[in-house]
Order: sequence, then structure tokens, then C-alpha cells
Amino acid sequence: MFSFLTRQRKPSSAQTAKERLQILLAHERSSGAKSPDFLPLLQRDILEVVRRHMDIDSDAVDIKLERSDDLSSLEINIELPSVKVEKARTL
Amino acid sequence: MSKVIVVTSGKGGVGKTTSSAAIGAGLAMRGHKTVVIDFDVGLRNLDMIMGCERRVVFDFINVIQGDAKLKQALIKDRRLENLFILPTSQTRDKDALTKEGVKAVLDELREEFDYIVCDSPAGIERGAHLAMYYADEAVVVTNPEVSSVRDSDRVLGLLNSKTALAEKGDGSAVKAQLLLTRFDQNRSANGEMMSVDDVLEILAIPLLGIIPESTSVLKASNEGTPVSLDEKSPAGKAYLDAVGRLVGEQIEMRANPGEQRRGFFQRLLGRTA
Repeated sequence: MFSFLTRQRKPSSAQTAKERLQILLAHERSSGAKSPDFLPLLQRDILEVVRRHMDIDSDAVDIKLERSDDLSSLEINIELPSVKVEKARTL
Repeated sequence: MSKVIVVTSGKGGVGKTTSSAAIGAGLAMRGHKTVVIDFDVGLRNLDMIMGCERRVVFDFINVIQGDAKLKQALIKDRRLENLFILPTSQTRDKDALTKEGVKAVLDELREEFDYIVCDSPAGIERGAHLAMYYADEAVVVTNPEVSSVRDSDRVLGLLNSKTALAEKGDGSAVKAQLLLTRFDQNRSANGEMMSVDDVLEILAIPLLGIIPESTSVLKASNEGTPVSLDEKSPAGKAYLDAVGRLVGEQIEMRANPGEQRRGFFQRLLGRTA
């Protein structure tokens, strides 16, 4: 309710700072010690699976992450050889 | 030719990351392709100061260890076309940095960037050592305060002995310049704070800039914006002047670039605060 009201106005920089920290720390705390290196491993696994079916370069995978308070998205772009099209999948 | 510039200080909390972000943004605003690298492994903060903390996927350590390609780890700034950030790892420790790894990444960056700004961690251990090791130039961030000046002196000694340029033994040296931050003209005039000349006399290096104590620095950090993008603020202006000098321009040194814009009441308040 109150956050709705404050969002209508331009938030103060202190409010911005608090919100940025809350989002970031929620992710950092929840990920714990296990997950830090999962992205390189995920990338390796994706490459391996795609390579079973197609001949792609190890440079061809691009992973983007966008975190926000209500939604986080992981975007994986795989550049396919000879076909000049990028396939984007959002998980 | 590309230049590697380390932003270092020895002491913590004097404004290394704020300065790295502001200098990086200032260089990019001038059209130089610039990357800022966070060397503070385990205590990642450059991403927050530059406002890209939600977009970190891979980091410097992933690149050094071959788990990611450099272009995957580089984050492109959303405000400035020529600005990139290479974040560090939040989960590893400084032992993940190796001399060979840092060299390989810097060599690859040198091919693409005009300026590579290395944001050093505090202290004089591995992270700080590797941040300065391959530098061509150094920005020594110092507050007009005894412990900061002492630590800067120690760091200057290391720049003159423990860097790749110094180890060549042919008289090459890292070009070190002083960036005096959190300076308060009024307190200095009252004798409560060392003057610019006092600090320069002790450290005996050229002066790159004087950044006045300014409320805009906390605001910029709150919002994740390099303070040099706030061109109206005294600190933002002072950083832009310093960047001009860094690229070789002659710009008059002003203790407080915002001073002439302040009204009578602001000055009165500034003096009593």
C-alpha cells in the first residue's frame, strides 16, 4: 500500500538505495554457497546438448541475466552457424 | 595506444570505487572506449556504484579460469556508449587472481579499449598488488587526513618497486598522480584540515584533481550512477576536470568547482554545518 504510494512519486535516492540493496541481497543470500559457479556449468551443459545436434562454436553462447524484485530472467542466445539467425529463449 | 590506469589508495573508504566509476564514465563521455575492472575479489561493489548489479552473469574470475569468454563477462553501460564494466566475483577469494590470468585479460582488453581502469581493493595484499602490477599510470586517491596520507605514501613506494614497469629496471615507472578527495575548502582555510599544498608537499607527486566533499557523491551511490554524470554537482565537475587532466589537457585547478554557483545562504550553511 505504502510502496504503491511512494512509487507514484519520484523515489528519494535513499529509497532507491534501500530497494536496490534489498533486491541484490535477497539474491545473494538465497543463492548460498552452492550456486556461484552454476552459470559456467549451465553454459557448458547447454553447449554439450546443442552440440549433439548441431555443430556450434564455443563462443556462440551468450547468457544474460536480469534481476528485479518480482521477476528474474535468464536469457540464452545461441548463435547458429551458417544460418544468420539468432535464437533467443527466455527461461 | 591503450592505457591501464590503477585507482589505488592503501586505505579503505577514501573513494577508490567512486573515483573509478567517475573517471571511467568521464573518459567514456569524451569518446574513449573505456572498461572499469573490479579487483576487489569477494567484496564486489563496483557493479553497485555503477548501477549494473542486476546484470552480472559472469565475472573477472570466470574469465581468468576459462569458464567464460571476456565478451560474455563485460557489461555494457546503459547510459554511455563507450563504457563497459568487468565485475569481480562475490564468492571467491583473492587467491583466485593470478598474475598470468590478470595479464591475459588485460592484454585482450588492450586490443579493444583505449582506457582500462583498475579499481583496486584496499590494503596492499594480493588484490591490490595485482591491480597495480600491469599499470601504466596510477591515480592515488587520498583524503586530507593522516592515516590516508600515510597509506598513500606506502602505496607510492609499492608503485615504484612492485610493478611490471618498475621491475624492468630501465628507469621505467608507473606515472602516479594524486586525487585528493573529500576536501573541504572552508575547514582547510580554518586550519582544521590539511591544505592541498600540505598533502602535495608530503607525497611529492603531481596533482590530478581535488574532489570537494559533496552531498552528490552519496546520492550518486544511492542511485548507482557515476557522480561525473551529475555535471551540475561540484564533485561531478571536479571529476570531469580531473579526467581532462588525465588525458593531457591543461585545466585550471579549482578547490571547489561549484563554489561560484553557491548562494550566500548555502555558503553560510556550508560553513556552519
